[in-house]
Amino acid sequence: MSRAALLLLADGRFPAGGHAHSGGVEAAVAHKAVHDIETLEAFCRGRLHTTGLTTAGLAAATAAGCDPLMLDDAADARTPVPALRAVARRLGRQMMRAARATFPSAELDRLAAERPQGAHQPIVQGLAVRSAGLTPQEAASAAAYETVGGPATAAVRLLSLDPLDASRLLARLSTETDAVAAAAADAAARVATEGLDALPSASSPLLDITAEQHAAWTVRLFAS
Amino acid sequence: MSSASQLAESRAPFDPAAPAAGTEETCGHPNSVRATARIRATYNGRVTTLPQLRSDGPFHLRRMRTSGKAARVGIIGAMSAPLGGDRLALDITAEDRAELDVTTAAATLALRGPTTAPATYDVRLTAEEHARLRWLPQPLISAADSNLHQTYTVKLAASSRLLLREEQILGRANEKPGHLVSRIRVHHAGRPLLDQHTAYGDPAPGWDGPAILHGHRAVGQLLVVAPELDVRRAPVLLREGTKDGCAVLAPLAGGPALLATAVAPTPSALRELLDEALRHALGE
Repeated sequence: MSRAALLLLADGRFPAGGHAHSGGVEAAVAHKAVHDIETLEAFCRGRLHTTGLTTAGLAAATAAGCDPLMLDDAADARTPVPALRAVARRLGRQMMRAARATFPSAELDRLAAERPQGAHQPIVQGLAVRSAGLTPQEAASAAAYETVGGPATAAVRLLSLDPLDASRLLARLSTETDAVAAAAADAAARVATEGLDALPSASSPLLDITAEQHAAWTVRLFAS
Repeated sequence: MSSASQLAESRAPFDPAAPAAGTEETCGHPNSVRATARIRATYNGRVTTLPQLRSDGPFHLRRMRTSGKAARVGIIGAMSAPLGGDRLALDITAEDRAELDVTTAAATLALRGPTTAPATYDVRLTAEEHARLRWLPQPLISAADSNLHQTYTVKLAASSRLLLREEQILGRANEKPGHLVSRIRVHHAGRPLLDQHTAYGDPAPGWDGPAILHGHRAVGQLLVVAPELDVRRAPVLLREGTKDGCAVLAPLAGGPALLATAVAPTPSALRELLDEALRHALGE
């Protein structure tokens, strides 16, 4: 299908609820680990190569036609803290509603029926990409970009950073983002022969720990 | 480098003339070591016995005295390993109803060795029905310029129990860490329970940044799997900030299991956090 379909799915204005999440940057700001554009870039780079690679692999494998329910279990095994599993499923549910309205398909309907509380967001995203007639590589690109775009936008609001600096940061990371998406798509292509173990499971201890800390806050600007 | 060649010479006698069964790939260096040590524990109706206790290469296995029905094995480092290019594996199985504790006598130190090629260190843990396996090694230290790829492949039967502790220390005192890549995959009753991959030390991108370690040099996990953990539990947070180290203990989705993840500035702070997490996990 059209390239515009990919832009629509990857657009922050696509009504899938992503704007309410900071991708861990709100906790990092509270711990003073992220306080300016340089530390934000380091944060985004770390998230891209961990969460970004893993979610892009899951999205690409779903877009390639792997069983979404098995991928949903694989996503659970790659998400060891309940706070992040809950966020992934909530975002998955919201994306499902938007995806079924924009790119309806029997596969989306089936997953929605089998996971009424929401499947992991990259699984739904991958299936939406597939329903839009796009490729696994494009699913990986959308997922990888989102893992840095979300925190960069959130940090602008949290730290009153210059949005132009944040855009420049995302442009600087674009080559790395493409490389992560390509690695994820390669891994997804190997699932047919090697099984789900071929998918990346890159993880970060601090993102897991601080996500649970953040979920316990009583007052916060972002949901995660 | 003279020290490296001396090391290589001193290791030569240990280089097995006939490679261990099942390791056919070529090594990265003529002096590199390939070794697979094996432990198999069975239950004879009264106590746990060790029908297989096969030392190999750097792994010298020693049966240790225990009281009760469990068996206990200590792994003693018989040479400096892993060095670049080494291919090391540990295969540990607790068969039906066996109770096995395995520890290491000292920290495992990954060093550069005669080549910068990665060393591999594969730990395979299997616990069959009603078996109990405890893997509590001393920390793994990634020394400057070392390059180690570690894997854990854990297979657990539905009624088995596991306690696994893993501590990684990035660099000795005031030293840059080497490159340490590890992947842990745990299956419980045939389903994926945990799959994680970490990469620390240059050239891993972003490893020391605010999203991954943020200056911490000790990172570890504690995994507890037991049938009775199949109840809803709230996550436990240890330490509020992140500067002096922090941890979370939380249930996994794919089975009756709790995982503690901890980061700390020092090895002792890490051990404290994991000990505290274990007390919470056991409900003490």
